[in-house]
Amino acid sequence: MAFRDMPIRNKLMVSIVLTSVIVLLLTGISFLTYEFLAFKRITARQLSTLGQITAVNSTAALAFNNEGDAQEILAALQLQGHVEAVALYDADGALFSRYPADLPSILIPPSPGMDGYRFEGLSRFIGFEPVVEGDRRLGTLYLKVDTGSTMTEWLGDSIRIALLVMAFMVLTAYLLSRWLQRQISLPILSLADTARQISEDRDFSRRARKYGNDEVGQLSDGFNQVLAGIQERESALQNANQSIRDLNVDLDRRVKIRTAQLEAANDELEAFSYTVSHDLRAPLRSMDGFSQAVLEDFGPVLPDEGKRYLQTIREGAQRMGELIDDLLAFSRLSRQPLFKQEVDTAALVRECLAELQSQDPKRHVDVRIGELPVCQADPALLRQVWTNLLSNAFKYTRMREVAVVEIGCDSVEGRNVFHVRDNGSGFDMKYVDKLFGVFQRLHRVEDFEGTGVGLAIVQRIVDRHGGATWAEGIVDGGATFHFTLEGEKAP
Amino acid sequence: MNAKSAVEILVVEDTPQDLELALRALRKANLTNSIHVARDGAEAIEFIFGEGENDERVLDSVPKVVLLDLKLPKIDGLEVLKRIKSDPRTRSIPVVVLTSSKEQRDIVESYNLGANSYIVKPVTFERFTAAVQELGMYWLLLNQPPQKDA
Repeated sequence: MAFRDMPIRNKLMVSIVLTSVIVLLLTGISFLTYEFLAFKRITARQLSTLGQITAVNSTAALAFNNEGDAQEILAALQLQGHVEAVALYDADGALFSRYPADLPSILIPPSPGMDGYRFEGLSRFIGFEPVVEGDRRLGTLYLKVDTGSTMTEWLGDSIRIALLVMAFMVLTAYLLSRWLQRQISLPILSLADTARQISEDRDFSRRARKYGNDEVGQLSDGFNQVLAGIQERESALQNANQSIRDLNVDLDRRVKIRTAQLEAANDELEAFSYTVSHDLRAPLRSMDGFSQAVLEDFGPVLPDEGKRYLQTIREGAQRMGELIDDLLAFSRLSRQPLFKQEVDTAALVRECLAELQSQDPKRHVDVRIGELPVCQADPALLRQVWTNLLSNAFKYTRMREVAVVEIGCDSVEGRNVFHVRDNGSGFDMKYVDKLFGVFQRLHRVEDFEGTGVGLAIVQRIVDRHGGATWAEGIVDGGATFHFTLEGEKAP
Repeated sequence: MNAKSAVEILVVEDTPQDLELALRALRKANLTNSIHVARDGAEAIEFIFGEGENDERVLDSVPKVVLLDLKLPKIDGLEVLKRIKSDPRTRSIPVVVLTSSKEQRDIVESYNLGANSYIVKPVTFERFTAAVQELGMYWLLLNQPPQKDA
């Protein structure tokens, strides 16, 4: 595993332990080096002191040329141990005495070397010490000590101590690093854990625990502040959602109430028109029927004036019957459901025209049909619209020598606007507002028959399609009726 | 006089003026001799089914055709129609609904209950007369009712 991918706790431990080990190694090396140098210095001092003492002791033996004394003195050195060879030279440099006595001459330098001590390798210490009395030189002492075993012994001890200390220190470092690592990594790990849990369960109410005021503590604070921000926004969002839900529920409730009200109003209207349908027409039948009965049974004895009055009563009754029928048809329009589908306008218009023509086959009208696009509408209701507009056009051009009815469609602001234009009697724009009202008529019944419901029906149907109707006219100059089944209110 | 023995047309009509006009129209078509009039739905049911309307006796005489107004006091026309058409003894009597109502639901309901014809009373008297005469003629003279069991 690469170092950078290691968990922080391991990183910290590895760092601390590695650092400790390197430091300890360097310390150990320095210690051993120092010990070694100290060993050499102490050994040299001890041995040279030994040499000096021996030399001083040998003064008498040399001065009196007493070989036996010399031998004894030298032999005393063996107590020191490790002394390989000791020799005394006289003033002339000739070998005077040696120890051990059986030492082969080859192991002893034939003549004394320069005064002083030195190590020969690491395992030998040799030296020449002058033997003097006063200012007179009596001879030279030669000393050769085996320092190897001492050295080995000492080195072993030092290394053991060093290793022991190092082991102890590494252990201490390890334990320390563990404790430190906990101090440092615990807050970080806890922070990381909190972050992971939040990302798992989306619970923004959690907070990272703060362990101290160090950088990690500041990080925890920052993290907690961000969390608080998120939680605030989260709860604001939830509140917003809740209020949307509440509003929807309220809206739903209000729509239900409004729908119930509408249904009640519709039911009332239906009951009303049912009553109208039944009860209002019965008296009319009586008026008409009995007038007719009088005419039939008593016609011969009635003056012409009387007959005309009865006829007028009948016409009135019949006209009222028509009005009731038209009114019912008009009110039924509001209740009838709308079944929209694609309608071939051109075909529909041709059918309406054929029907109108068949009602008055002798009549000639110059009908000009422009382009008529398909539209989305309830076919039965749309037929009613065209029938009413076209029959109006036919009716109001009746007195023209050449009756012209023009049918077309324009695209106005992306909407298809249909129109029916005639050259008939037209109307005064002053009354344009009344044109589409129920039972509103701009002509006298003697001139043009009708109940005044036709255009109201047109407008109601177009309204129910979400469209608009409007008209232009000139008295005696014709009229144009526009309607669109699409979109917003027209100009 | 036994009114029921020779009755051919039962007119169920509550409005006196409409009744008079209907009778006048029938008279003009020479269909007057065997007409019985019921002025409300209860009377009509009593006439057809007798006193105990639910008993199993054989009805001695039934009209050949019923002209039925829908809006009637006590028991309304649709209920009368339902009773006639749901009883096996009277199911075959032709019932012509003659009413002022152009309402779709009345028309549909009438045919659903088994009405043989539905005629909207026109305001114009000539048309009213013509309608009454035509249906009287049709159901009395042209329409062959199924043979009754003895």
